[in-house]
Amino acid sequence: MARTLLEVDNLKTHFFTSDGVVKAVDGISYTVDEGETLAIVGESGCGKSVSALSLMRLVADPPGKIVDGRVMFEGQDLLQVDNAEMRSIRGNRMAMVFQEPMTSLNPVLTIGRQITETLELHQNMNKSQARERAEELVRMVGIADAGSRLKDYPHQFSGGMRQRVMIAMALSCNPRLIIADEPTTALDVTIQAQILELMQDLAQQFGTAMIIITHNLGVVARYAQRVVVMYAGKIIETGTAQEIYRNPSHPYTLGLLKSVPRLDEVRKVSLDPIEGLPPDLVDLPPGCSFAPRCPYVYERCTQETPVLMVHSDAHTTACWRHEELQGLKTAASVS
Amino acid sequence: MVQTQNRTAASTTDAGDVLLEVKDLKMYFPVTSGIIFQKKVADVKAVDGVTFSIKKGETLGLVGESGCGKTTTGRAILQLYKPTEGHVIFEGQDLTKLKGSEMRAMRRKIQVIFQDPYGSLNPRMTCGDIVGEPLTVHKLTSSKGEYRDRVSELLEVTGLNPYMADRYPHEFSGGQRQRIGIARALAVNPSFIVCDEPVSALDVSIQAQVINLLEELQEQFDLTYLFIAHDLSVVRHISDRVAVMYLGHIVELADRTELYENPLHPYTRALLSAVPIPDPVVEAQRTRIILTGDVPSPMNPPPGCVFHTRCPIAIDDCQIEMPELREVSPDHWVACIRAEGWNEGTPIA
Ligand SMILES: Nc1ncnc2c1ncn2[C@@H]1O[C@H](COP(=O)(O)OP(=O)(O)O)[C@@H](O)[C@H]1O
Ligand SMILES: Nc1ncnc2c1ncn2[C@@H]1O[C@H](COP(=O)(O)OP(=O)(O)O)[C@@H](O)[C@H]1O
Ligand SMILES: [Mg+2]
Ligand SMILES: [Mg+2]
Repeated sequence: MARTLLEVDNLKTHFFTSDGVVKAVDGISYTVDEGETLAIVGESGCGKSVSALSLMRLVADPPGKIVDGRVMFEGQDLLQVDNAEMRSIRGNRMAMVFQEPMTSLNPVLTIGRQITETLELHQNMNKSQARERAEELVRMVGIADAGSRLKDYPHQFSGGMRQRVMIAMALSCNPRLIIADEPTTALDVTIQAQILELMQDLAQQFGTAMIIITHNLGVVARYAQRVVVMYAGKIIETGTAQEIYRNPSHPYTLGLLKSVPRLDEVRKVSLDPIEGLPPDLVDLPPGCSFAPRCPYVYERCTQETPVLMVHSDAHTTACWRHEELQGLKTAASVS
Repeated sequence: MVQTQNRTAASTTDAGDVLLEVKDLKMYFPVTSGIIFQKKVADVKAVDGVTFSIKKGETLGLVGESGCGKTTTGRAILQLYKPTEGHVIFEGQDLTKLKGSEMRAMRRKIQVIFQDPYGSLNPRMTCGDIVGEPLTVHKLTSSKGEYRDRVSELLEVTGLNPYMADRYPHEFSGGQRQRIGIARALAVNPSFIVCDEPVSALDVSIQAQVINLLEELQEQFDLTYLFIAHDLSVVRHISDRVAVMYLGHIVELADRTELYENPLHPYTRALLSAVPIPDPVVEAQRTRIILTGDVPSPMNPPPGCVFHTRCPIAIDDCQIEMPELREVSPDHWVACIRAEGWNEGTPIA
């Protein structure tokens, strides 16, 4: 059995705005094992980024506040440690890769300086050790001519190359966990493939656990062992990648998978969209947040919020009707 | 030129049902330097000799990675740019040669839908005025009442509620704003619409709604689309034929099924193999062609075939000249001297 590296328990992060309380993350729980890759998927605004920033305690306060929960990482509750301790954990034991690398790189420092700075700070290396290690890291992420590229500034790199630099920086302190928030969303599909393959290789090589956040269900099918699906600030389904893609049991997950055209599928007459829009997080409907858009809605759904229910090994779903739905799905695929 | 004997990608089909022909289109943007005396130092060869045709009622998909020249091709067709070279022939008339009122009349028939549902709508106009503006500009309605009815009708066919006419763009979601853009494009009864990444900025559940809408409208109003996108799954769904662009050139052009099932250009193959499929079991069985390196700059494209620097099957001859699009099987066009060199154990998707 792999050891649990991260345990998120009932995490709630709310934003207190003039429009009301935005329940961006509203009681989510999940675990990540050592060396495992977990994907968090869901449409924009469902709370993926805020949940990641909450783990790192990087949510802007005000207006944001982590109002409840625990984040157990290597035996410590990150929500309880002091700021100095948190700073040393960040970038040391856990690191983050963002969607737009340009905003997380300092435009006036060379790439080399930005990497050596963290190494000197977190790893107590001297200048020449840090330089040597920086060159090694940059080479490792597949940047040709590593030695001389270290002298370049961020704007001299393409989007894909900058993301490689970000990965090099994230790896620089041998973290146990890398959180990648839409790491390839801004990149073209061939570059996206390069970056994901690279991240997978490196994670395997160093036994690093990863959380990959994405709105694109396809992206993670190949790389994640387990998948967490979010909707309106809550987790609505979790399972192995195999279970989530082959046997989705929440109507939302099912809807998402059915609404995208697939490259390997013969053309359908028309797509099956999920009707309607995601709810306003300030003014959530009572009961299940997906109920207003759900084709399987019944009375209970609009009254009681479903909790995640375990219905098979490592597969949980927050839907009052998931058992019936299994039957409905089979019936639909037969017809 | 002996156009009659040589088939070109522009003359693939019977002249009768062709709506638009793009011939040897080039669009170069000058790069200048100097603050006072601007001197041209180079050209960005955004589109560098592109030829294709679109039949009436058809959807031609145009795919390729960012910066390959898709938007520029669309804008040159719309005559928003004056092409550096080449012809855009619409309903038999060369748009590059039209002037003033002739051009204005043509403009009505060709409309555009943009990617960005946020930036492309005037934030100070109501939804109704945005949709109705083209009616006023082209004097298509003769009374207030007729104008209002037409706006309501346009909102309705695009799945919006006529009572939303008084709202401003910021009060709409991304998908709804895209519908407003579509309603506006339809206002003038166009026959041809350039859809430039119309669903790229939308969430997947909303993408499907908009794609279905575009297909329904095509049927209902007999529309012809140039559908620009970088998502190959979406393009496969919506297009009849697909053109693949790389660095200002079309490298492959074929019927949808043919292109996806029998891709011949190494770039098309790499592109297809990189598209993720939402199914781990299928994914585990696919092999990927991971291209090395980045797309070169269109300011300084590589000599010879523009793809040779990243091509997994390039040979020395590929550095000599950019291959012409040639018809390797009926209606399947490819610009690669090695297109037939596959199938010798080369890994494919
Ligand atoms: N600083 C903030 N102030 C108010 N609301 C915020 C702030 N940051 C995020 N939110 C809200 O929190 C919700 C979740 O956002 P986010 O986690 O960024 O979504 P995702 O990453 O899934 O697209 C959204 O509704 C967003 O508007
Ligand atoms: N107005 C312009 N001036 C200079 N360069 C341009 C202009 N428009 C586009 N380009 C350049 O032309 C190339 C093709 O751009 P574009 O047609 O927008 O590509 P795509 O739509 O395929 O992403 C890019 O390198 C882009 O930077
Ligand atoms: Mg986000
Ligand atoms: Mg574009």
